[in-house]
Amino acid sequence: MNSISVRALLVRGMLAGLAAGLLALVVAYLLGEPRVDAAIAYEESHSHEHGGVELVSRTMQSTAGLATGVLIYGVALGGIAALVVAYALGRVGRFGPRATAVLVSLGALVSVYVVPFLKYPANPPAVGDPSTLDQRTTLYFLMVVLSVLLTVAAVILGKRLAPRLGNWNATVAASVAFLVVIGPAYAFLPSFNEVPHGFPATLLWQFRLSALAVQATLWGSFGLFFGYLAERLIAPRPAVAPSAPAKAGVAH
Amino acid sequence: MAQSAVPAPSSQPVPEITPISLKAIAPWALFFGVLMLILLYFVGAEQGATAVVSGENVHEWVHDGRHLLGFPCH
Repeated sequence: MNSISVRALLVRGMLAGLAAGLLALVVAYLLGEPRVDAAIAYEESHSHEHGGVELVSRTMQSTAGLATGVLIYGVALGGIAALVVAYALGRVGRFGPRATAVLVSLGALVSVYVVPFLKYPANPPAVGDPSTLDQRTTLYFLMVVLSVLLTVAAVILGKRLAPRLGNWNATVAASVAFLVVIGPAYAFLPSFNEVPHGFPATLLWQFRLSALAVQATLWGSFGLFFGYLAERLIAPRPAVAPSAPAKAGVAH
Repeated sequence: MAQSAVPAPSSQPVPEITPISLKAIAPWALFFGVLMLILLYFVGAEQGATAVVSGENVHEWVHDGRHLLGFPCH
């Protein structure tokens, strides 16, 4: 039994995150940017005081700036997800590396993004009162942390219940427990409705859908890319072509 | 009929993966985990509610990414 190197997994996670980030960037540019531009156009036609120096031009913001943000996000979350997979391998259930990678990606999509998004959705420019930014930032990150911790707790609970209830029922019970705890958080944490009067509802909806599409692309492709790389790393197929000089398992 | 004491091999079991020991993961998780979180902070929150670097340049540069990745921006 060769030991799996954490470093090898981490490097592959960051590479898979970069590749997934590139796909997410394409989606963000094609679906997201037109909505950001439309929202800025609305903002400019309705603001009373504007003007002032533009530090970064719109062209740079929507290309190089967007790429910086999305790619760093992809690499950073890819690295973290790889570390989670490194821990989950052989611990969460009888899943191979590829299945573990896909499950961790789906779990991350839901817990890092979708659950916080349902309470505090992404907002385009022009939506959001700058005076509540501190509060909204705190609550957003609180929601992310809460959701991630609850997901971890749900997985542990599911593992504990599995011997008694069986895998299916244990998974259902853990999911219900997650919802029972997250429900009150949704109900009692403050909400914000800072959409200006007259802001096009369709534009808001389309912006939020495209933000969701960016994340679905990122995590979906990350799971597939990283699963492929991790599978090759951990369970190398018996070489078909004898010419392939076995690049010896994994050095530590 | 002799009942075999050994349970019949029902299906091809997935080969067990030996878990990586926590001791092997911890240093990587600590160092890179923190590094990744710092990167995420700069993409998601710097020069918004809190600021390490003064000015607006970081915020303005990642502005579109911040909106489209779902972070509160302004």
